[in-house]
Amino acid sequence: MEINKRIKYEKELDDSFWRWIVSTPGGENVEQCIQCGMCSGSCPLSIYMDYTPRRLIAMIKAGFKDEVLKSFTIWLCSSCYTCTIQCPMNIKVTDLMYILKQKAIENKKYPKRFPISVLSKEFFNMVSKKGRNTEINLVFKLLLKTNPLKFFGMASLGLKLIKTGRMNFKSDAIKNIKQLKTILNSIEE
Amino acid sequence: MEYNYYPGCSVKGTGKHYEESLINTLKELNIELNEIEDWNCCGATTYMSINELKAFALAARNLSLAEKNNKSDLITPCSACYLVLKKADDYIKKYDQIGKKILDALKSAGMEYNGKVKVKHPLELLTNDSMIEDIKKRVKKPLNGWKVFCYYGCQIVRPYPDFDDPRYPMSLDNIMNALGAEVVDHPFKTRCCGGSLTGTIEDVGLRLNYILLYEAQVRGANCVTTVCPLCQFNLECYQSKINKQYKSSFSIPVLYFSQIMGIAFGLPREKLGLNRSIISLKTLLEVA
Ligand code: SF4
Ligand code: SF4
Repeated sequence: MEINKRIKYEKELDDSFWRWIVSTPGGENVEQCIQCGMCSGSCPLSIYMDYTPRRLIAMIKAGFKDEVLKSFTIWLCSSCYTCTIQCPMNIKVTDLMYILKQKAIENKKYPKRFPISVLSKEFFNMVSKKGRNTEINLVFKLLLKTNPLKFFGMASLGLKLIKTGRMNFKSDAIKNIKQLKTILNSIEE
Repeated sequence: MEYNYYPGCSVKGTGKHYEESLINTLKELNIELNEIEDWNCCGATTYMSINELKAFALAARNLSLAEKNNKSDLITPCSACYLVLKKADDYIKKYDQIGKKILDALKSAGMEYNGKVKVKHPLELLTNDSMIEDIKKRVKKPLNGWKVFCYYGCQIVRPYPDFDDPRYPMSLDNIMNALGAEVVDHPFKTRCCGGSLTGTIEDVGLRLNYILLYEAQVRGANCVTTVCPLCQFNLECYQSKINKQYKSSFSIPVLYFSQIMGIAFGLPREKLGLNRSIISLKTLLEVA
């Protein structure tokens, strides 16, 4: 039987984490969080999250870097900005979620087959390549990589969309894709 | 009046009837939308999750294209595009390190952006008193008997509440009133529809939409109106799945505000994309 330790000692925590967040655009006010819970209370998705937004911020301040980056919370967040509007300390909670998502990808901590991170990646690749997003291609790729069986459950909706002319099969692209690529490459440098 | 217009990918696909109805209805109010040439996808919330700087760069290319046309207002009907373009503009101006990177990137492709573009949602054009008067004057078929559940969604009023209240907005209510419809009052105007969650974690996405449809139904609404292609898609296209999951029996038409305006203006149904509805509009159109 494997025995897991349930607590973390002070020296195992990473206190450079929140310093880094505070110095990142959008994360500046995080240290002023008073743990009031307005964010979690107003968040329509907090009931599904592993850590509520308030708790996630407490964990950031305490240095639970790994737990924060691996959490589903950051991927479940739908960017509705309710928390941001409600926060009495002007903390941009939604933007914090974006900072964390990017960091999780950078550190390869995101849940690999979790549909939301898969969708994000597919979408990113398509737009980087073509400049436009073609909804149908995206749906195909998402289902293929996460849950191929679900495809059949989508068929009747697909037919209705075709019948009403709302499905675009032609994959869309911009004309000056070279220009767009130059811009995106320049960001990488 | 002529405006720069940024459609976004959704109104070219599943949200076609939004664009069709918007262009034709605004024409009636002497507003002309000119699509900016060779625009690219705004990146939506999804692109921003992977690489925010690149997301801002995508947006900046569009802002730059719009600025070249010498008209400062850029109209975009999709809430996600609206927010992304606005946020990019805001961050480019607010944070030097971001601004510099983005402007350099544009420069490397021979483009520039001087920060002159004002991103606006069509609602913002229609929300002032004189516009409301204009709308009233153009109504040919007042919407008697319509009970409309106005649903704003999140991103047009948050986090940039530039033209309306972020919790209890009124602009859409005012338009519906001007058309002679009865507006159903409710506190869920800006509650989240889940965005792409219906496609990724369906159980959660369905639940969020179930709540909205349920609230519309118990309040006696006979239709829901939206201002965003993603909200419209979720609320309409997932109704049968929701019915299965929650043993409900929703059959509530979900129309774009521009379609409803067009109906009240007496425009022909092809001009409003009414045949693109998945949920039948028959009963609704008969009450009027
Ligand atoms: S609402 Fe703001 S201050 Fe309150 S717990 Fe959330 S982030 Fe902290
Ligand atoms: S933006 Fe994310 S964390 Fe904030 S209220 Fe909405 S879903 Fe919750």
